[in-house]
Amino acid sequence: METLSRRDDIEVVRALRERDEAAFTKLTREYHSSLLRVAQIYVSSQAVAEEVVQETWIGVLNGLDRFEGRSSLKTWIFRILTNIAKTQGQREGRTLPFSALQRPGLVPEPALEPERFRAPEDPSYPGHWSSPPQEWNAPEGRLLGGEVRGVVERAIEQLPPAQRAVISLRDVEGWPADEVCNAMGVTETNQRVLLHRARSKVRRALEDYVSEAQ
Amino acid sequence: MTSVEQLSCQELVELVTDYLEGALPEDERQRFEEHLGSCAGCRKYFDQMKTTLRVTGKLAPASLSPEAEEALVDAFRNWRSP
Repeated sequence: METLSRRDDIEVVRALRERDEAAFTKLTREYHSSLLRVAQIYVSSQAVAEEVVQETWIGVLNGLDRFEGRSSLKTWIFRILTNIAKTQGQREGRTLPFSALQRPGLVPEPALEPERFRAPEDPSYPGHWSSPPQEWNAPEGRLLGGEVRGVVERAIEQLPPAQRAVISLRDVEGWPADEVCNAMGVTETNQRVLLHRARSKVRRALEDYVSEAQ
Repeated sequence: MTSVEQLSCQELVELVTDYLEGALPEDERQRFEEHLGSCAGCRKYFDQMKTTLRVTGKLAPASLSPEAEEALVDAFRNWRSP
């Protein structure tokens, strides 16, 4: 999905101030899914996350006169979202997911089970495949078909919220890394850790699916 | 092959995202590519990661429900109204 540039930001803000309903609808549609994903990091349920997104748009409208273009409109909107979502999360008695965002590497989470590799004390090839990946014989067309998409969707739903948000923004929505870092307030390194874990698990889910189907 | 022994398969699978993101230092990028060039298992793994990215890229982002959209449009219409 195409993302807005700085110059477009000014146009969008002007359109909103001129009460251009179509511009508002376009903006809310464009960011809905990504706002929802980021809100879900902080609150307990999809329903609450949707309320947070709604509240965010009210906050955006009410704050529009204060938008000075020092950050991108996108970053500014996500800052409003994050503040609302954090407050809501605290109200629900949830502890802030500080470690999930700021120290995602704290707990090791290997891409694959250690049993897939030879033991570190293996005399000839420590750390090399003992159970290498098998060929995915399915034709590319089938891999991109609806059933497989469903497998990937479910795998993403089951990810921890911070990983789910990163893979959704990067790989589903196609945002560049720096925009995801700004929107989520994470460093580039942590963004990569989250993305790597998410992608590894989704690949793993596909592997299970393909091996069962073959 | 010594170059393959420098990076194990278990290490390589953890570097795939850093590699794809262009975040590996030059020497490590070389070791990654050398390993990939001589290890069929890792090549398969790497290709499957890229396939995974392609499938993920085909997913449709969640869309606004008509009710939610209507509520937002209402809010927009009432914005700054007395």
